[in-house]
Amino acid sequence: MPPSQVVAIIAVALSLLLGPSNALAAEANVAVAANFAETAREIAAKFEARTGHKAVLSYGSSGQFFTQIANGAPFDVFLSADAELPQRLVADGLAVAGMRFTYATGRLVLWSATPGLVDGKGAVLRSNRFEKLAIADHRTAPYGLAAIETMRMLGLHDRLGPKLVRGTSITQAFQFVQTGAAELGFVALSQVVGEKGGSRWLVPAAHHAPIDQQAVLTRRGADNVAAKAFLQYLKGPEAKAIIRKYAYEVR
Amino acid sequence: MGSIIWLTVKLAGVTTLILLVLATPLGWWLARGKAWWKEAVGALVSLPIVLPPTVLGFYLLIALGPNSPLMAPLQAMGIRTLAFTFEGLVIGSVIYSLPFAVQPIRNAFQALGQENLDSAATLGASPLDAFLRIALPLAAPGYFVAAILSFAHTVGEFGVVLMIGGAIPGKTEVLSVEIYKLVEALEWREAHMLAALLVGFGFVVVLALLLLERRIARRAAADD
Repeated sequence: MPPSQVVAIIAVALSLLLGPSNALAAEANVAVAANFAETAREIAAKFEARTGHKAVLSYGSSGQFFTQIANGAPFDVFLSADAELPQRLVADGLAVAGMRFTYATGRLVLWSATPGLVDGKGAVLRSNRFEKLAIADHRTAPYGLAAIETMRMLGLHDRLGPKLVRGTSITQAFQFVQTGAAELGFVALSQVVGEKGGSRWLVPAAHHAPIDQQAVLTRRGADNVAAKAFLQYLKGPEAKAIIRKYAYEVR
Repeated sequence: MGSIIWLTVKLAGVTTLILLVLATPLGWWLARGKAWWKEAVGALVSLPIVLPPTVLGFYLLIALGPNSPLMAPLQAMGIRTLAFTFEGLVIGSVIYSLPFAVQPIRNAFQALGQENLDSAATLGASPLDAFLRIALPLAAPGYFVAAILSFAHTVGEFGVVLMIGGAIPGKTEVLSVEIYKLVEALEWREAHMLAALLVGFGFVVVLALLLLERRIARRAAADD
């Protein structure tokens, strides 16, 4: 085989390895708050089919992502579980001003794996029918803060204090309730939307400050075509429909 | 902050005491027993070294939870679950640090010369007597190492407490998890303080172990 042919074969093999030959296709690294993981997966799949760009998703806690981005982690887009961290990234010059928006608003739900334990008005909170109430830690998770605000609003915060068990994230709070280790807990509506059994009370949105989850373009991603396209797609009707399907509110 | 440090020390202390008692018969049997399935038990004891603590924590959450058959006898006494309790953390820590207590004690018993025990028996000492007066004092350095390692390892325990603790102030809120939460909450100054404290503590522990090891080696050389 002449050398020129070998080179040609290698070139073809490389181009096959490196994926579709769309010259405009780019890749963006997206840090996703754990509570939004499933939703983001579905959005990313549709996004890739529509644009040819690729969104590589990493899941974790928002606080950890903030620390990592502040220390140079290679993320182009950050989908936080709250509004404060993206604001701080912009203020610290680590994210692009004007590319920050609320992509989803979470709803809090009082949930139990036991059918009939939680009534439609949350009156169970005033009863003695449970030992442990799981929440996410309010210092690290916006859903935890919303749970505390709700208990304050109901005037039950002091009374429920001794019964509280705190997970480091809303995922862990959900785990505590799902395994039955805690009889009930304040979790994200998106977590239980697929759960058929159990019992629940959808906490009225007015009981706590809105759980706005914000997205932001990081400084690293400022010139990344795929990152900007992803944020654009996230604002669009197709992504909004998916977000609503997972029981978040979209404005 | 003070209560968190105190609780951490209390958890590590209680765990270490239980482990030293538990590791004595276990270490003896592993060192001098003749059963063919001995090493299977040895492997089981060592398992927490290779398992991620989250695996252990996850199983403990289920095992200590209200739907576990293990909890049925306790539920008859009105205890619904051991998750989120200090006792639950002690159980988790004992399992988690077990290899760090058993291994040094087993090694110490293995290093005992059979002749010491034989001559004690010849002189009319009962096996228990020989154990208490000959074996135990000779194995003392092994016990020191076991105690230091168990204590330090429990202080550094993270995954298990994270999974079954629930961060109840004064009951299940310990140092390592607190640091994790402080970092998550971006309270880096407090996180730094506690982290530096643990680094200092870790250094002292390792230094103590190395010095102890040197003393044992020197004494062994002097015996020869």
